[in-house]
Amino acid sequence: MKLHEYQAKEIFARYGIEVPRAILATTPEEAGDATRELGGQAVIKAQVHAGGRGQAGGIKVTRSPEEAEEAARGYIGRNLVTRQTDAQGVPINSVLVEELADIKKELYVALTIDRGFRGPVMIASASGGMDIEEVAATSPEDIHTEPIEPVLGLMPYQARRVVSRLGLEGTPARPAVQVLNALYRIFTENDCSLVEINPLIVTADDRVVALDAKLDVEDDSLFRHGDLRDLRDRSQEDALEARASDMEIAYVNLDGSVGCLVNGAGLAMATLDVTNAAGAAPANFLDVGGGADEEKVASAVSIILSDPKVDRVLVNVFGGILRCDIAARGIVLAFERMNSALPLIVRMLGTNVDEGKEILGASSLNVTFADTLTEAAAAIRQAG
Amino acid sequence: MGILLDENSRILVQGITGREGSFHARTGMAYGTNVVAGVTPGRGGQMFEETVPVFNSVEEAVAETEANVSLIFVPPPFAPDAVVEAADAGVPLIACITEGVPVQDMARVARYLERKPEVRLIGPNCPGMINPGARCKVGIMPGNIHMPGRVGVVSRSGTLTYEAVQQLTNLGIGQSSCVGIGGDPIIGTSFAEILRLYNEDPDTDLIVFIGEIGGTMEQEAAAYIKESVTKPVCTLIVGATAPPGKRMGHAGAIITGDSARAEAKIAAMREAGAHIIPTPADIGSTAQAVLAGMG
Repeated sequence: MKLHEYQAKEIFARYGIEVPRAILATTPEEAGDATRELGGQAVIKAQVHAGGRGQAGGIKVTRSPEEAEEAARGYIGRNLVTRQTDAQGVPINSVLVEELADIKKELYVALTIDRGFRGPVMIASASGGMDIEEVAATSPEDIHTEPIEPVLGLMPYQARRVVSRLGLEGTPARPAVQVLNALYRIFTENDCSLVEINPLIVTADDRVVALDAKLDVEDDSLFRHGDLRDLRDRSQEDALEARASDMEIAYVNLDGSVGCLVNGAGLAMATLDVTNAAGAAPANFLDVGGGADEEKVASAVSIILSDPKVDRVLVNVFGGILRCDIAARGIVLAFERMNSALPLIVRMLGTNVDEGKEILGASSLNVTFADTLTEAAAAIRQAG
Repeated sequence: MGILLDENSRILVQGITGREGSFHARTGMAYGTNVVAGVTPGRGGQMFEETVPVFNSVEEAVAETEANVSLIFVPPPFAPDAVVEAADAGVPLIACITEGVPVQDMARVARYLERKPEVRLIGPNCPGMINPGARCKVGIMPGNIHMPGRVGVVSRSGTLTYEAVQQLTNLGIGQSSCVGIGGDPIIGTSFAEILRLYNEDPDTDLIVFIGEIGGTMEQEAAAYIKESVTKPVCTLIVGATAPPGKRMGHAGAIITGDSARAEAKIAAMREAGAHIIPTPADIGSTAQAVLAGMG
């Protein structure tokens, strides 16, 4: 789950990381007032869940409250398209009005889980303020990685080493160490999958300040972070994906036209590949899960049928915990509820497969059965 | 013979009185698995299905029944505790089926298990493992699709493994063992370790390896194949069509960087000399062709 910059900065401040003075505004007038309060000049930053915001024009430096209000008017209520969003972009519902910073140095610091190391790793670079993936590609030697033993935590010498790799010495070194320690505590205490400060700046008067903040919380840990769960902003998510996630269905919206209903993530990915190999393009990834009942299957199919791109539906169910008859009932329920006549290709195997096929066959649905993935691929082509 | 499980495997089910635990303990027993004990704290003294004693702790269960494999079904908040409890009780093989265990919890558990080289953890977020020849099923896979034979199957996933097994069985190709190592970013046993076991198993002739996007475990497996595996390996990598940055159900299946992409993994496997399975529909036929070539 992603947090907004302003939400992440509130957490940063609570852990003692210095952030610029800032006020959240949801109207242009509020942005103007906020700028006045900050002394008449401010940076206006669109609050969206998407990287690449700076390059996409989502940040503006303004020199007067009027200019700030104007900038906010250009943001609020519009969508921001960045290299990380689709062509529609994500809606800007608020802007963060922030005091101008006097920047001497721009650095990069982040924490994430390294699967190879099987633990947290701190990533630091003296080349902050730009796209870190580009830095990694063009000059990997400028990026320092510090693996952290999860049982020990960030050791003081490691923090000192990172600070030295960041090229900091003298006055800013001490507050920089404090920032790294705080960042590690934020990462572990909030079960983050990513925390990132880009840029972490050294100001002209040698303070160390987080100018930006990115914080992703691991979904699987939300059961113990009720406070963080409340920070979810559904407006930033794909509408169908948000609907699916409420029902604990793993769903990803894709570009094609073949709606896919599958049980199991691996088989769901394989189904996308089979669809592509058949010369068609999947409209979505969908894993309905093992323990699904009739209603959950129906919900999953409804999500697929609500997608205007979809012109045929492929079901690939390997009945185990999820029985084929249950799946079939759920599918029929959804098609009838949505009054859909779209072609349906069904490949079912395993527990109660005959009952499942019987239920589908007796329904009014436009169904083609396939016994193998090869047959399913042929049927997808034919239905297209 | 197969790997991990055999006729001497004595299974303990942690969470045996829960919905999932009881269901899969029952199907395992129906398949022929020797389930000797269950553990649910607070339910000690009960009998499961009138034949399997339930204990309050793994330590007691092991002392009383000499269980040597633990199958874990407890919910995510308690799964790390269940794994460590089994490891501390000296259970040498643990399969954690639980999906949704927080990654940072697993990071600490994985570190702890490094101190116990005698303990092997499979999972979490996995279907478990099965040895059809020994009629031993430790997991959630449907037993009836398997048949005894000489092909070893390893995958991260559940239903995709069943798909592979079904294709093999349909062609009359039996399995020595099947293992699903789990779809999470941090898991107990890597692909390379399972490859080593299959390579050393005298009753496995060929290995079917099913990888997916995300991480670099497939590349490490490819390096291991190139270096040490003398048996033929047929490889399918799924997720070629997944967009970067999107999580494809498995917490591990997300493309972050080029090495996590399917193409990079397929290239590594090809370079290692593995037989590439072109699409998920060709798992059985590819294995069949390679077996035919072996004479």
